Amino acid sequence: MNLLLKLFYIFAKIGLFTIGGGYAMIPLITEEITKNGWLTMDGVIDIIAISEMTPGPFAINAATFIGIRTAGLAGAVLATAGVVTPSFIIVMLVARYFTRFKDHPIIQGLLKGLRPAVIGLIATATFRIAMESFLVEGAGSVLRSVDLKSIIIFGLALAGIIKYKIHPALMIVISAFLGILLCIW
Amino acid sequence: MSDSILKKSMRLFWVFFRIGAFTFGGGYAMIPFIEREIVDKNHWIESEDVVDIFAIVQSVPGVIAVNSATFVGYRIAGFAGAFFATLGVVLPSFIILSVIALFLYDFKNYPYIREAMYGIKAAVVALMCSAVYKLGKKSIKDTFSWAICILAFVSMVIFGSGAIPVLVVAGIVGLGFTAWQGSKAAAAGKKEDDR
Repeated sequence: MNLLLKLFYIFAKIGLFTIGGGYAMIPLITEEITKNGWLTMDGVIDIIAISEMTPGPFAINAATFIGIRTAGLAGAVLATAGVVTPSFIIVMLVARYFTRFKDHPIIQGLLKGLRPAVIGLIATATFRIAMESFLVEGAGSVLRSVDLKSIIIFGLALAGIIKYKIHPALMIVISAFLGILLCIW
Repeated sequence: MSDSILKKSMRLFWVFFRIGAFTFGGGYAMIPFIEREIVDKNHWIESEDVVDIFAIVQSVPGVIAVNSATFVGYRIAGFAGAFFATLGVVLPSFIILSVIALFLYDFKNYPYIREAMYGIKAAVVALMCSAVYKLGKKSIKDTFSWAICILAFVSMVIFGSGAIPVLVVAGIVGLGFTAWQGSKAAAAGKKEDDR
């Protein structure tokens, strides 16, 4: 198969079978791209590290990175288009019918359960990132392992967003500088 | 039409381009951006809809950030809106990763990158806390929704269950609860009639 078509096809498959967000894709992506010899396991770990340091979803980052490495810019375009296309079609269909059937009792019943569950999901993700961000690994006692600098930045950012209504994008930039400042200091 | 489809699509592209450029740490961190840009500034959707959108896009294949761009874009300006919002949210990652793959492979070892990321990560926690607070205030109002929210959190954090099983169970329970309430109300109504 033509390499470009294959990139599109493999990433469309990855896009189609990933439910529940970016990092759920890691096992599938790893399997597909090591099977095809596009990257080694070290390469996958590099992409994960780079994804954590750049904005944007892991799946998109992986598609762009692998596409460009295997077949240049055209490869990046097709791999990225591939990963997006299945959900693009599905979400448009859902959006179309959701607007039409939004007030149907069955949809309302489902949403009655889904809404609070989504809050629980977001709280879970928040809790996990908070643990990762606030606790230093390898420190002895729990008290000593608390990363105060990180909590200070968190507190300032929270006050900035909720109380002073600072734009989230600006808050990200400010926090990046605070991180540099506090670490070097 | 004062706001043509094309004009709306261009604005969608630009809004989601900025969201894509500043969304670190997964799809949920974009919720405060959406509140600010889509709800407060452009009044394209109601604040109440934000939870519903995330409930839906979470339940279908794909990446949360991309799915919500497609969904919001479609709601506002049909296919063109979906297309340009999706393109917008994807493009920043595409550009950044292309540059890194081609020129800056060693990017993660650059000075200050780790320190900046350290700060950004703490801010992402704050962004997500504000999302939980704002969305929770709107959609958690009664004992039932408190119970579902806490059960979802506990089953994921303590018992390590995945997002999809949690959503499936929550949807079914919500459906059952609504049906039960409906039949209770119907029974109460019937009693009224009997009297």
